[in-house]
Amino acid sequence: MIEAQGLTKFFGDFLAINDVNFTVHRGEIVGFLGPNGSGKTTTMRILTGYLSPTSGAAKIAGFDVQTQSLDARKHIGYLPETVPLYTEMTVEDYLAYMGRIRSMDSRRLKRRMDEVIDIVRIGDYRNTHIGKLSKGYRQRVGLAQAVLHEPEVLILDEPTIGIDPIQVVETRHLIRSLGQDHTVILSTHILPEVSAVCQRVLIIHEGEVVAEDTPTNLAERLQGTERIELEVLGPAKEVVSALRAVPGVADVRRQGDGATANHVYLVECRRGADLREQLAKTIVQHGWGLLKLGSVSMSLEEVFLQLTARGEGDK
Amino acid sequence: MWTIAWKELKSYFGSPMAYIIGAVFLALTGYFFVQSISGSFAEASIRGWLLPSTFVFVLWSPVITMRLFAEEQKLGTLELLLTAPLRDWEVVLGKFLASLGMLIGTLSLTVFYVMLLFWFGQPDGGPLLTGYLGLLLYGAATLAVGLLASSLTGNQIVASVVSFGALLLLTLTDQAAQATTGLSAQVLQELSLTSHFTDFARGILDTNNLMYYVTFTAFILFLTVRTLESRRWR
Repeated sequence: MIEAQGLTKFFGDFLAINDVNFTVHRGEIVGFLGPNGSGKTTTMRILTGYLSPTSGAAKIAGFDVQTQSLDARKHIGYLPETVPLYTEMTVEDYLAYMGRIRSMDSRRLKRRMDEVIDIVRIGDYRNTHIGKLSKGYRQRVGLAQAVLHEPEVLILDEPTIGIDPIQVVETRHLIRSLGQDHTVILSTHILPEVSAVCQRVLIIHEGEVVAEDTPTNLAERLQGTERIELEVLGPAKEVVSALRAVPGVADVRRQGDGATANHVYLVECRRGADLREQLAKTIVQHGWGLLKLGSVSMSLEEVFLQLTARGEGDK
Repeated sequence: MWTIAWKELKSYFGSPMAYIIGAVFLALTGYFFVQSISGSFAEASIRGWLLPSTFVFVLWSPVITMRLFAEEQKLGTLELLLTAPLRDWEVVLGKFLASLGMLIGTLSLTVFYVMLLFWFGQPDGGPLLTGYLGLLLYGAATLAVGLLASSLTGNQIVASVVSFGALLLLTLTDQAAQATTGLSAQVLQELSLTSHFTDFARGILDTNNLMYYVTFTAFILFLTVRTLESRRWR
């Protein structure tokens, strides 16, 4: 559905993105993950035809975004980072205008307007001037505009930025449900968002794709160590030394302030070893109380740090 | 294209701007009209106020066109417009047509002066028509300049000042032409927006003048399209 080959873009001497390649299949939700200024927006703008790449090519629904730009654009619903809204228009007028510049006929436009207003739940604000809406509602209007013409491809640039946490959750639900009949690319610098919404993630750093996988695989693949969290009722020092003595344990850290008798310990294990059983046995043999035991997976934040740090090390 | 033109026209009338600027236009041209017919040897024609009225466009057009692209850039909606399945020239032409609509609307208000002329005298119909055609062409050319200026910046004030300056220069080359002689005078004369207008005011329809305004407007609009396009390569 979306193909990018060797996309490179210079802004003057500044290399914004360098040889970006990826393919997104029909019905996939793919996340672009990267810090601000990593080239996510530039990549998206090239896909939508707003910018031309310095070299490389991209195809949307089989149409080249440069040579068959108009055909490609027809298949795209785009929500830029700054939600593009005419503040002096009402929600309804705005959507009608957006539909008409995409040459939707009036009957279909009418039907779709009712549908999208329903989908993003802005029914109460149909005739409100956009300038008077809150940020969250504006975001929804922006999303409504993007899906209005039933595009096959949705490109969403930071769709949850600047809206409150409850709305963030709602928006993510919305995107996931849209993913059922659209191909979606979304960019974000918020890691939990990718794991919550995306089936696949491309990590972009300094204009290059440094990793590509499913959120879970990515976390697994990069996991250098397994972590186990334990809550134990017993003398702290002895617990630490006993845990350290278990073969396969790399490190033990005590968490918390030590004010109570039970403490939380974070045990780092060597790669591939599952020490939960041994650790439990050790605690029980010493006669301490085992209150909690569970493995902690690495957060995407850590994955990301590791990946970008590695990328820099290669240079 | 028509969708954009229609939307822009609606937003003109949705803001107080259209009315204020229409009132100012009428006040200024009304003053020129009264002055032109209240002399001791007044004639029943619009010739007297035509030329000063063209000067009003130098002020009027920058204000009318300044927001057309500059505002879109500021709101970020330009990104939407340029990624919609529309050709760049459709966007430019749509906006131009909207401003042209405003021009026609405002000019039609001045028909009142003509009615007065018919009421109190027997004006010659020919020069009236060429006069209005001239005003329309002159106005269209100034609007194109304003549109170009608006496409260059995200700041409406900058856009209006740039187009005001450019239009003032284009109008004043007429004066400059009179101060020089030979080739330079001729070149300046041909460049001037005003010098091509005088024939229209006299009732003369010269294809040379007609072509000047049409090609001038088309060329400036072409530059505007190119400016939009160049955005993709920046």
